[in-house]
Amino acid sequence: MSTVLENLVNQPYKHGFVTDIESETAPKGLSEDTIRLISAKKNEPEWLLEFRLSAYRHWLTMPEPAWPNVHYPKIDFQNISYFSAPKPKKLKSMDEVDPELLKTFEKLGVPMNERAALAGVAVDVIFDSVSVATTYKQKLADVGIIFCSISEAVREHPELVKKYMGSVVPTGDNFYAALNSAVFTDGSFCFIPKGVKCPMELSTYFRINTQDSGQFERTLIVAEEGAKVSYLEGCTAPKFDTNQLHAAVVELIALDNADIKYSTVQNWYAGDEKGVGGIYNFVTKRGLCKGANSKISWTQVETGSAITWKYPSCVLLGDNSIGEFYSVALTNHYQQADTGTKMVHIGKNTRSTIISKGISAGRSNNSYRGLVRIGPKADGARNYSQCDSMLIGTRCGANTFPYIQVHNNTAKVEHEATTSKIGEDQLFYFQQRGIGTEEAVSMIINGFCKDVFQQLPMEFAVEATKLLGLKLEGSVG
Amino acid sequence: MTGKNAKILLQVRDLAATVVGVEILKGINLTVRAGEVHAIMGPNGSGKSTFAKVLAGHPAYSVTGGAVQFEGQDLFALAAEARARAGIFLGFQYPVEIPGVSNSAFMRLAYNTVQGARGKEELDPLEFDDHVREKMKLLDMNPGFLDRSVNDGFSGGEKKRNEILQMALLEPRLAILDETDSGLDIDALRVVAGGVNHLRSPDNAVVLVTHYQRLLNYIVPDYVHVMDDGRIIKTGGKELALELETRGYDWVVDEYKKVGAAV
Repeated sequence: MSTVLENLVNQPYKHGFVTDIESETAPKGLSEDTIRLISAKKNEPEWLLEFRLSAYRHWLTMPEPAWPNVHYPKIDFQNISYFSAPKPKKLKSMDEVDPELLKTFEKLGVPMNERAALAGVAVDVIFDSVSVATTYKQKLADVGIIFCSISEAVREHPELVKKYMGSVVPTGDNFYAALNSAVFTDGSFCFIPKGVKCPMELSTYFRINTQDSGQFERTLIVAEEGAKVSYLEGCTAPKFDTNQLHAAVVELIALDNADIKYSTVQNWYAGDEKGVGGIYNFVTKRGLCKGANSKISWTQVETGSAITWKYPSCVLLGDNSIGEFYSVALTNHYQQADTGTKMVHIGKNTRSTIISKGISAGRSNNSYRGLVRIGPKADGARNYSQCDSMLIGTRCGANTFPYIQVHNNTAKVEHEATTSKIGEDQLFYFQQRGIGTEEAVSMIINGFCKDVFQQLPMEFAVEATKLLGLKLEGSVG
Repeated sequence: MTGKNAKILLQVRDLAATVVGVEILKGINLTVRAGEVHAIMGPNGSGKSTFAKVLAGHPAYSVTGGAVQFEGQDLFALAAEARARAGIFLGFQYPVEIPGVSNSAFMRLAYNTVQGARGKEELDPLEFDDHVREKMKLLDMNPGFLDRSVNDGFSGGEKKRNEILQMALLEPRLAILDETDSGLDIDALRVVAGGVNHLRSPDNAVVLVTHYQRLLNYIVPDYVHVMDDGRIIKTGGKELALELETRGYDWVVDEYKKVGAAV
């Protein structure tokens, strides 16, 4: 491989962490007492404590999964503080923010008011008394949409939380989901009532100034009959966090004719070029198309984290329901990603589409792992899967693990896969037309990811396009 | 139309180059003046394509000796993209496929980059669209080309036409066409030749690397060079190409060896 390309993809992450942390002291370790303490501290009702405890008891019996194609030192779960809430030190004004970070925001086109929140500036200093978040919340309330933190939802709408939480991802679903269920600190709750089309894209940006997202985040989105919502998670700006292990759970529920679109752009710290540090992102995301003609669509652009272990899935229970998964996963340096989806067809005439684009550079390892299961009653079910991998350089790896289980002979399942490589000759072709290597790589990658980017909401797509370019150009890391 | 007084565009002196340690070019000398068309012919493996790629700056080749000046500046001091911006165009023997990148987006970026580097006006997408469609008419190309991915799924002839289209857009000072004629039917050959002739002007020069005399019926060269074993061993006028067509290359090689032995 040409050294130009090597240099290009091996630029260091120039920000590092925001290390200046004010942390509440908290004892480490996990036990039933810890869980009772968390629950008490949050003034939770009895049923939620029971939810946590049953999850914990289940977790104790479960082995840590060894099947993903990722490698990391064993995690000491007793060496984690489960209820400490380390907060990045609040800066007094934007003048105190690392200029490099501001440059990144500039390059990514992050709106001014969001920059402050992302940089950890005390946002109320920046925002006027009528903050964007407040205005936003009012608009949603007018149409009956509930969008708040999980803690608030437990207080204000316990019947909804009780009804739906754990109904898609049961407490004992898997090792990390069980851990999350036992110790989750906070997260987002979103409820779209019957027949309501959410008038705007819901974004976690707007909660960031009121609530710090935790290490064990929990998201629950419910769309009632005929409701429609598009939810954006994360952002393209590099996310700083001192917690190495992240184990989130996201549950989506779509009733009859409901439509949920969930888009993620993830750019957590991935470790340095030697692979030291970086976030472990072990997430359980699952959507249940409970009603007939419902639809759940996952779109993800994964560029960060040292290790990504994530399979946003759809359970297609309702007849004629639709599941979609569009993914771009980019790994560089020593990053490892084992990501994909599960499409479980239960209802009749259910349809699913999987488009996965994996890009590996440096010494990274990028695996697609996907399951398509057609149940015995899923007459006329259809799936189309396309998994493409692109390699940059010669020391990275790409794998595809498709699992297909068909128990109904009327089903139609298609799987396509390709592997390609950005080669010297491709780059030379661009150069010979006057186009520099960095721009060439960015153009090739964006061409490769086009099918996925088209699924993102417009402004997210623009940011994601820039982000991939930046990740590889090395201008910011 | 050319003369000893015309400006020298390209001056190659004793150029030597290797690929993966193997010496391919063993001392090439060539002077190309503005307004001239040079044909470089020779048997397979003589180093013709290597010479073209070395001039354009392909990273797989290492220059191990000699010097090349382009419009008075040291060519090897420039990165490949800088050479392109300075006005060197290479028509690829095997144009590269770039899936997902539309031909129009690619060509517009190339065009604007080159225009910008030359201090000329860049075009927005609509203006560029008009501009490129006009060029395509000259080359008898279907506008459907613009929406397809760069060279992806193109036939051999389509790829070569696409190269000539890019050349027409970028208006190079020195166009080096590496076997652009190979694999073309007679109609495509005419179109390609038409594109090259359209570019010809007293300010520009063209170097054609070719196996066959056929192309030279349509693009009449001022000089014909024969390459063998990494050197230019004979230079003549357009009539040399005809002679090569009938007599082959062996006699030139023999002649060169005799002279070499006598010296």
